[in-house]
Amino acid sequence: MPWRACWYGASPAELRGQVPNSVPPSTSHQVSLWRRLTDWGATGFAILAAILVLVPLLAIFIYLVIKGVGSINWAFLTQTPKPPGEVGGGMANGIIGTGLILAVASVIGVPLGIGSGIYLAEYGRNRFGDIIRFTADVLNGVPSIVIGITVYSLIVVRQKHFSAFSGGVALGIMMIPTVARATEEMLLMVPNIIREAAYGLGIPRWRTTLSITLRSASAGVITGCMLAFARVAGETAPLLFTAFGNQFWNLKLNQPTAALSLQVFTYAISPYDDWHKQAWAGALILIVLIVVAVAAVRIVTARGTLKGA
Amino acid sequence: MSDSVDPMNTPEPIEPLPKPVTSIPSLGKVEPLRSAPKSTILQKIRQSNPASSRIPDEIFRWIILLSAVSVFAIVVLVVWELVDKSRLSLHQFGLHFFYGHDWDPVNDSFGAMPFIYGTLVSSFLALLLAVPLSIGVAVYITEMCPQGLRAIISFLVELLAAIPSVIYGLWGIFVLAPLLRDYVQPFLQKTLGWTGFFGGPMYGLGMLAAGIILAIMVVPVIASITREVMSAVPQNQREAVLALGATRWEMIRVGVLRNARIGIVGGVILGLGRALGETMAVTMVIGNRPEVAKSLFAPGYTMASVIANEFSEATGDMYLSALVEIGLALFIVTLIVNALARLLVWSITGGTARPSA
Repeated sequence: MPWRACWYGASPAELRGQVPNSVPPSTSHQVSLWRRLTDWGATGFAILAAILVLVPLLAIFIYLVIKGVGSINWAFLTQTPKPPGEVGGGMANGIIGTGLILAVASVIGVPLGIGSGIYLAEYGRNRFGDIIRFTADVLNGVPSIVIGITVYSLIVVRQKHFSAFSGGVALGIMMIPTVARATEEMLLMVPNIIREAAYGLGIPRWRTTLSITLRSASAGVITGCMLAFARVAGETAPLLFTAFGNQFWNLKLNQPTAALSLQVFTYAISPYDDWHKQAWAGALILIVLIVVAVAAVRIVTARGTLKGA
Repeated sequence: MSDSVDPMNTPEPIEPLPKPVTSIPSLGKVEPLRSAPKSTILQKIRQSNPASSRIPDEIFRWIILLSAVSVFAIVVLVVWELVDKSRLSLHQFGLHFFYGHDWDPVNDSFGAMPFIYGTLVSSFLALLLAVPLSIGVAVYITEMCPQGLRAIISFLVELLAAIPSVIYGLWGIFVLAPLLRDYVQPFLQKTLGWTGFFGGPMYGLGMLAAGIILAIMVVPVIASITREVMSAVPQNQREAVLALGATRWEMIRVGVLRNARIGIVGGVILGLGRALGETMAVTMVIGNRPEVAKSLFAPGYTMASVIANEFSEATGDMYLSALVEIGLALFIVTLIVNALARLLVWSITGGTARPSA
């Protein structure tokens, strides 16, 4: 039904079938030509806008797959970069480095984020809570490069060298506001009756919050954490002068580390054709890793909650 | 739990029902309800509680409070570090820093005008392209789209926000820039060259490319807020306008957009905040040349990208301090822009995360 109705001013209710279709659209032959033309024009523009927005998305994914898949091979996944200008080599150290940095980031960002979320939801219905809520929003809006500068002068300058740890701290800081606001929203959706029931059974407040309230909201909280994780996984700007990048293997937290996103950036602006190809491959791997990580956590936690229930 | 008003602690026993029904003719005599035996179990819990649970409760409260305070502390630290590290340049250049044109690390002479200009022009160009598109998409999704497509299209638009900015940059360098150089820029020069905005050598990379990439990145932000605000407009509103004989577009314009306009402006400003602070994608496509040029084909430079490019290579305290001052300016501007946007959006949706306190 609705496709044709779409083109002639049908009401939304009519489109959804809430209004019987037998009522004729009595206006359609009475409205003036000009009004009909603007209506068609606006509809056409909205459809055009939707197409124009989706075209770049498709183009990016198509290019990523076409250009990326051709350049991924065993060497790319297992070797470190060759010196500039030489063909071959890979980004294995970048993949490991990204994992290392993201692990540090999650260890910092997730507990602090969930903690502040709990505070905002359970204790923060007051002036101080409003202040924290506002600062979380401020932190969310701080440009990532500014976080990079701060962590650089806080950690890198004091330690006197770049490190994977400082990169992780920078990304962890960026995770906190997203996780906190998601946790708060989810906890507020848990009905108060559940908390009161727990108190009524004599369960102390901390236990109630952790194993009853937070647990009921766990699906949403985990989604929030994954969103934050996916958001920082591709970040490059804060890593430029914290993790810095590295041509070699590194598994130590206090050494400069390669990261996929950094390497994609360096290779993309380099003058070598082979590096350009590798940049596409790196970008594809980056996206795939993000998707796989998010999906894996989803599956594992879904099983966990099923067992618990 | 430590409050004095605690129902379990009140001395009176639970009252029995006032006048128990003693007999129902058909059932014969009924036992009156007995009051609970002086609540021995509750008393036990009550006695065991203060010692065993108040201390863990307090510890938990403090841990949670500490993590909330950490958010506040981080923001304070960011501001403190930015002000502290840029002190040198703040003293040396004063306000001249913001309208000075020369960026000369060799002679320790710094003016941020070209970067401020680049940031503003690229962001406004992005908004110019993104605002009509995002409103169009939002209108399409909420008002016109067939039910089945609705979820898919809004998911795809949100997906745009999940792509890392370095991948936008990569795509911009190798796909968008050649496309602009070979097709779009010659066309623009032929048709609109007389305005002066579309002239000069065509590199592909430059202000125009940066604006387009930023527009793509900002669309999901504006579109999702616009959609949210539009669906907050009550359905009666639409039906009332339609009942007056309006066409669908008139209904959207009068009944929906007019009511949602403050929220939409909020969304646009939020998008502006994102565009101002965006670093990697812009750095990769803008061309990185610190000059103020009228033509959009010319390369430019933004505040975020000069930090990204030069910070780790900056030698000399003054150079570093000038870069941090640019960061400070960026921070303050995004702070103001974001706060403004939140206020506007909250005033429409009533703040989803902000139930009446």
